[in-house]
Amino acid sequence: MTLDLLRSGHASTPAEDARPDGGKREPLLAIDGLGKHFEMHHLRRRLIAFDDVSFDLFAGEFVILQGPNGAGKSTLLRTLYRTYRAQTGRAVYRSGLGPIDLVRAADVDIAWLRRKEIGFVTQFLQARPRVSAEEFVAEPVLETSASHAAALDHARQALAAFGLKEELWPAYPASFSGGEQQKVNLARALIRPHRLLLLDEPTASLDRGARRALVARLQELKQAGVAMIGVFHVPEETRHLVDRALLLDAPAEISDEAGESGHVAG
Amino acid sequence: MNMPLSHLPLDPPRFVTAPPVLRAQGLNKRYGSVVALSDVSLSAQPGEVLGVVGESGSGKSSLLRLLNLEETADSGHYTLAVDGYRDTNLLTLERFDQRALRVRHIGIVYQNPHVGLRMRHTSSGNVAERLLISGERAFHALRRRARDALEASEFPLARMDALPLTLSGGMQQRVQLAKAIALEPSLLLLDEPTTGLDVSVQALVLDTLKRLQRELAMTMVIVSHDLGVIRTLADRVLVMRGGRVVEDGLADQVLSDPQHPYTQQLVHAKL
Repeated sequence: MTLDLLRSGHASTPAEDARPDGGKREPLLAIDGLGKHFEMHHLRRRLIAFDDVSFDLFAGEFVILQGPNGAGKSTLLRTLYRTYRAQTGRAVYRSGLGPIDLVRAADVDIAWLRRKEIGFVTQFLQARPRVSAEEFVAEPVLETSASHAAALDHARQALAAFGLKEELWPAYPASFSGGEQQKVNLARALIRPHRLLLLDEPTASLDRGARRALVARLQELKQAGVAMIGVFHVPEETRHLVDRALLLDAPAEISDEAGESGHVAG
Repeated sequence: MNMPLSHLPLDPPRFVTAPPVLRAQGLNKRYGSVVALSDVSLSAQPGEVLGVVGESGSGKSSLLRLLNLEETADSGHYTLAVDGYRDTNLLTLERFDQRALRVRHIGIVYQNPHVGLRMRHTSSGNVAERLLISGERAFHALRRRARDALEASEFPLARMDALPLTLSGGMQQRVQLAKAIALEPSLLLLDEPTTGLDVSVQALVLDTLKRLQRELAMTMVIVSHDLGVIRTLADRVLVMRGGRVVEDGLADQVLSDPQHPYTQQLVHAKL
């Protein structure tokens, strides 16, 4: 595992040397000079989350983001997923349909990519009332024109893998404990292979068994060529999966209109 | 230091290039000196759910009435990709044709069920009426199709012959929904469909909508001032103020990283 320091110009990509084919491949994701700030109009303030982030990510590569609180790690993930809009830079992603800049891609294209190629795993379950755990996990499979029975079957396997007790499968996750909810969340988020997976603290509130299942699933996805960027508080469990750690340092104090500047928590 | 809207402009779609189901461009509408809509444009892909948010008087309900061809615009272009009308500006159709198109291809659920339903006809009759207008005449077929639509809307079939007047608000909304989807329209319009319902009932109606959206892949435009409803249902969001669209984007983006000062105010006021 190598540690790169971001925001010192363009980070080198030592993983390139480690790749068996000698580094001729195009990166799956090429991030160049990416910057994000929040314009708080009512405060007349600009909060810098991160700026000038550059790195490449290759298929099958697992990169984790490290850095102090407020360095913008989660914000970077959300910016790549386009929950946040970047102000500067590019993030050229090589989709199955061709390269596209995630910073500037049309909303409908991003929506398509989220359905087909780019996944986001958070530590929070966004369950809906009156949808059972197994139905909730099956939903992404149903979008692939699988039959309902096949999707349910698939969902149950995923829930079993994460160690959710069988009697909870038909129950509503809203009443589950935090750890149980997280199992449902992960089962759903990881049930379909994506080409790029963004992982925001997925191990929070998981028991050992579920963490092992998560690591096993990530290993499987990595071998299948899925590229992953993760923010983890407990990287030990995933150490053997990680190709590189990128250090995101807190952004330099930049422009603000009225008084002190602040940073958005990462 | 001057701080303009700072995000980068977006490229035109490159992957999703199929023609949209709904396309409206440059819609303008005034009531006397009051501007209801000013240069409003929107489009929706097949199966896409478009949310429209804004305060009262922002023009969102006017927009919905216009999309439902209940009212005409002062100017603008509006097309739906449905057989026979594909390249027609629907705003220029004769009233009779507008009505025919509306019955067949557009469903609507109003905030107030009294607007959408005949309160003293049976629930099944309310749904069957729409089928009748579309040309279905056989009694048994009418009854069966009305029943199917009510069932899809998760209306308790034991009460299908009850008068809407005697039903709860949540049930009335399900009858409206059944009527709206009976002919499997290309476009489903929802005007504050859960406003005024108890929170628990609201969740159930939302869930029904979510399921219908997935199973029927209907394009929906949902107007609501409730950002939770929008977050649950919408793929993309338009933010309206004073008859204009001030911001649009992916639902999670507009609600988590609003760019326009007005949207920031709206989001921070509600969450």
